Amino acid sequence: MHLGESTRECEYSQISTRSSTPMETPYKKKTPKKRKWETFPGRNRFYCDGRIMMAKQTGVFYLTLVLILVTCGLFFTFDCWFLAEQLTPIIPVIGAVLFLFVIGTLLRTSFSDPGVLPRATPDEAADLERQIDVANGSTGYRPPPRTKEVVINGQTVKLKYCFTCKIFRPPRASHCSLCDNCVERFDHHCPWVGNCVGKRNYRFFYMFILSLSFLTVFIFAFVITHIILNSQRIGFLSALKDSPASVLEVVVCFFSVWSIVGLSGFHTYLISSNQTTNEDIKGSWSSKRSKDNYNPYSYGNIFTNCCAALCGPLPPSLIDRRGFIQSDAPQLAPPTNGLPMYGSTQSQQSHKCDQDQCIQSTKFVLQVATTPLLQQQQSSEPVILSPENGASLPGRASLALGGPCTSLPLGQPTPPASTPSLSCHEATDLLPIHGHPHNHSHPLQEQLAHHHFLTPEEVPSPPGMLHCGSPLGHSHTMQGSFYNPASQDSLHEDSVRGLVKLSSV
Amino acid sequence: MATEFHNLQELRRSASLANKVFIQRDYSEGTACRFQTKFPSELESRIERTLFEDTVKTLNTFYAEAEKIGGQSYLEGCLACATAYLIFLCMETRYEKVLKKIAKYIQEQNEKIYAPRGLLITDPIERGMRVIEVSIYEDRGSSGSSSGSSSVSGSTAR
Repeated sequence: MHLGESTRECEYSQISTRSSTPMETPYKKKTPKKRKWETFPGRNRFYCDGRIMMAKQTGVFYLTLVLILVTCGLFFTFDCWFLAEQLTPIIPVIGAVLFLFVIGTLLRTSFSDPGVLPRATPDEAADLERQIDVANGSTGYRPPPRTKEVVINGQTVKLKYCFTCKIFRPPRASHCSLCDNCVERFDHHCPWVGNCVGKRNYRFFYMFILSLSFLTVFIFAFVITHIILNSQRIGFLSALKDSPASVLEVVVCFFSVWSIVGLSGFHTYLISSNQTTNEDIKGSWSSKRSKDNYNPYSYGNIFTNCCAALCGPLPPSLIDRRGFIQSDAPQLAPPTNGLPMYGSTQSQQSHKCDQDQCIQSTKFVLQVATTPLLQQQQSSEPVILSPENGASLPGRASLALGGPCTSLPLGQPTPPASTPSLSCHEATDLLPIHGHPHNHSHPLQEQLAHHHFLTPEEVPSPPGMLHCGSPLGHSHTMQGSFYNPASQDSLHEDSVRGLVKLSSV
Repeated sequence: MATEFHNLQELRRSASLANKVFIQRDYSEGTACRFQTKFPSELESRIERTLFEDTVKTLNTFYAEAEKIGGQSYLEGCLACATAYLIFLCMETRYEKVLKKIAKYIQEQNEKIYAPRGLLITDPIERGMRVIEVSIYEDRGSSGSSSGSSSVSGSTAR
């Protein structure tokens, strides 16, 4: 079947080169041109033909919008008349201006691109792989997690390799697991605005929470004023009965004030010290880490930091959502030798979804087994991989191995960014070598041999991804008994040799 | 060693893509956009070191100009904030203006310097500002596929 397909392909390409463009254009005209947002790899939602970009879960954003609209609506309908008459008509005007500013900045934050980094083109990814292989020496033994060190203004910063996006993340960028994108200057993923907050929309986010705090305080103050003034005339209880909406507004504003004002204060601090929420939570630049730890991005004084964050130049969107996809982009032929990520897997990548999770879980579990063990682990204690360790596994990892396979001995994973990019064929060999009981090895071996050709283009985002402050959706614990570290090393070489044998199956 | 290509059109028609070299970002001065000026070994036989380094240095100065934080950018930022960012519907940001200059510069460089040597530079904006992609072409006569067209047309389209 493969042969037949290849001859067919050959014929097709011969025809197309001989008659060049005239043959191709009718074909091209039939298929409508797609815009790039339609094939965007991340988990985002696009509206208005790619002009609007949001996260996948937008329920809380609608709640935010409803809360703001309802509270302001009630304020303008019930309280403003009284206040305009009794005090001054400027109050509704200021209220209206604040309200419009809040809505404007909210929509701007929610609908804009936070600074998503497009994923690497296949050629780029291949080039990086080649460089990494050269740097580490191509042994069969997988190297430790991929990081690059850079000195920025005197501070050493580690750049981590993103397995999903196949790039070395720029400094301050982080991968959002909810949106499945790398975002530049990643602050946090905000469910209230239904989007990530990053380099391009941080100022809008800050303006939003600042203006919202003013609006909340404004409404709270004036509704209280309204009730007090009214109760002076007709008594407190009748004043409350007279405008029940005011009670609702007071309640909403009271609870909002604490959280919103607190958040504004926190972000004001972050802006003045030029840090992101991510960095602050991790304490990346805290002096507690080491004496000469300082923030290399800070401009030195609060004023410049604020101006840079809020009034600096607005970088353009890198993902070109509304551009048209050009199908004839030149590409180098995929490299076939020496790179385990590529090879004969191109056609098999169509195997997807339901098997994918299972396969990837299995792969990850077995990949973890080949990584070097940390010395501090005790001999026969079972190691439980939990989110606290930073190593996250899809919950089905244990299921993928099958019930009887829970006693599969595995090595301890290395810390968070451990490389899950081991190809399947390397991992499959572990089973016979580790003295695994025979009846267990067969089902798994069969499973893996079947999956041998499947090396998905993308490693699943949970393994190897550093959390961006938001927990992943999968359950992460896996239990099993693990090998004595001492005996592991001696088996490594055997396993590598065995892997090579098995891969030829 | 490679035949001289007279212009970009010929390059597109008669050459085939042999290799791609990626110039990575230089983060030693922070997160501002800057590319490494280190001369890649694959280009040693194709182009003079000084020409290439000049191109990269000029691109770096363009990007520095775009991202400069000074009087003009503050003015733009404050004005935008005051108009609730609606002003961006009417006018281009300074960054976008500089990006257009960069696209023009790259097109010019490709026509004058790189295409005659069988090379093509892709605008970094097409690669998410991560790399400068330099495509190396080999002259294969008439059997070559239509390679460099999209990257060139992509950069000119901007």
